[in-house]
Amino acid sequence: MTKLEAVIQNSRLEAVKTALQEIGVEGMTVLEVRGHGRQKGHTEVYRGREYSVDLIPKTKLEMVLADALVDKAVQAILGAARTGKIGDGKIFLSRVDEAIRIRNDERGEGAL
Amino acid sequence: MSMRQRLTGGLLSALLLLLFVPRVGAQSSAVSPSPSTDSNARLAKLEQQAADAKSSADNAWMLTSAALVLMMTGPGLALFYSGLVRKKNVLGTMMQSFALMAIITVLWGLCSYSLSFGSGNSFVGGFQNLFLRGVGAAPDADYAPTIPAQTFMVYQLMFAIITPGLIAGAFAERMKFSAMIVFMVLWSLIVYNPMAHMVWGKGGLLNAALGGRFPTLDFAGGTVVHVTSGVSALVCALYLGKRVGYPHQSMPPHSVVLSFIGACLLWVGWFGFNAGSALGAGSLATSAFVATHFAAASAAVGWAAAEWFRNGKPSVLGGISGAVAGLVAITPAAGFVKPMPALVIGLIAGVFCYWMVAKVKAKFGYDDSLDAFGVHGAGGTLGALLTGIFAASTVNPIFKDAQGNVLASGLLEGNAPQLLNQLVGVGIAWALAIVGTLAILKLVDVTIGLRISEEEEVQGLDLSQHGEEGYYWETST
Repeated sequence: MTKLEAVIQNSRLEAVKTALQEIGVEGMTVLEVRGHGRQKGHTEVYRGREYSVDLIPKTKLEMVLADALVDKAVQAILGAARTGKIGDGKIFLSRVDEAIRIRNDERGEGAL
Repeated sequence: MSMRQRLTGGLLSALLLLLFVPRVGAQSSAVSPSPSTDSNARLAKLEQQAADAKSSADNAWMLTSAALVLMMTGPGLALFYSGLVRKKNVLGTMMQSFALMAIITVLWGLCSYSLSFGSGNSFVGGFQNLFLRGVGAAPDADYAPTIPAQTFMVYQLMFAIITPGLIAGAFAERMKFSAMIVFMVLWSLIVYNPMAHMVWGKGGLLNAALGGRFPTLDFAGGTVVHVTSGVSALVCALYLGKRVGYPHQSMPPHSVVLSFIGACLLWVGWFGFNAGSALGAGSLATSAFVATHFAAASAAVGWAAAEWFRNGKPSVLGGISGAVAGLVAITPAAGFVKPMPALVIGLIAGVFCYWMVAKVKAKFGYDDSLDAFGVHGAGGTLGALLTGIFAASTVNPIFKDAQGNVLASGLLEGNAPQLLNQLVGVGIAWALAIVGTLAILKLVDVTIGLRISEEEEVQGLDLSQHGEEGYYWETST
């Protein structure tokens, strides 16, 4: 099992969600987050005073996938989240030892 | 006679005694040259004082009404609309309402008042009141004989502010701020001012009180305000096209709480809008106040009940939308109908507007984002026609023959042709709104462009148009 974490542009969430559903990803957790990578922030002006905003609103998706699905999921996100501009975000993959369904103590990929 | 009335009566007579007894004494000791001239002079003075008292009373209510109608735009409409958009557009949407409070006011002073209420031809006012020349403390007897012309002017200004504000609901979340300002200025000049003149102005084609060719009953602006803005809204929605992602991406209101506060402020402000349109503080204002309130209530019931029946739950947004729909529909009728017909008008409006918004919009697929057409265009048209049916001469004897006898008002009183006049009024409002709005949109589109870029639309109006955020996310304390 693999945990997939992706930080994407807020505006791409709908497209990414749809693309993942199409390849059979059944569950995900979506978080509204703030952060930055190499991308610089923007400036906002309130009553003539400038405020630089370097932590930019982003959307983070987390999901744990059966190994067979991982490549397809990465391709789906790359296809749907890419605008080609700075700030498109990143995908992180990591191994997961175990998954347990709380309702019935089911283990492994069947619990996903 | 109640205890309270008796007390007031007693107090009044005591006051009168105090006022008159010493004067009578003084008069008897003085030698007056001629008793009749003296009493004539006193009579004239008394008449003047009575007129002044009435003027003060009317003026107090009309200034209050003007303030109430301004409150409908800011914060009423601003909150109502901004709650319905996504949170990245909350400030941009508020700014659309607020900008009109400033810009239309300037325009009104320079020329719009004259173009609406100056005496011109059948279609538009003249230039004699440019820069508010001749609009002072003296009343304009044709419009409102008991209040200063300046009060009438500033009261009407508040209507000119909110009307274009309503259109903003149709192009929410996707119009350039600069384009919106140019559009609104031109719309006010080309659509609103002529329509206001035709219905309310001296010599206007549709004016029912001052002898228009097709006397249309429109007490507080069903055609002038709601039909023109609602139909223009539909034209805008069709011309600008859908928002990016509509209708596949879900775009729920970001805060029904804001919309709730806004709608309740609109309800209260509408008393100024409708009861204030009596242009005085007399019993007609009361009648319009009551009709307004009853229609809002029954429309809220109608919309919520329709929703409950179809979806299994009555929503808060449905209830407040229903109230607004009822207020829209009663606007032309407010000063012409009794409370029970007002209840009926409201109930029909609530159900009808729900159907327009929930079914018709989905069927045709236009993106009238905040339902400016479904509520104001549809509700306004419905209300204008129902006015022709329910108008009662016992409430407001608007039509009289040459001898001054009161004639029937609406269809139910036997004046069936009035329904035709209402149709003419509504038809002219629709035609003017469609042609005027299309021409203005085209002009603005080819000069400065109407829509923000797709990138800006995704970013939101707040950041892309104003460089601010409505809900600032504090990064450090």
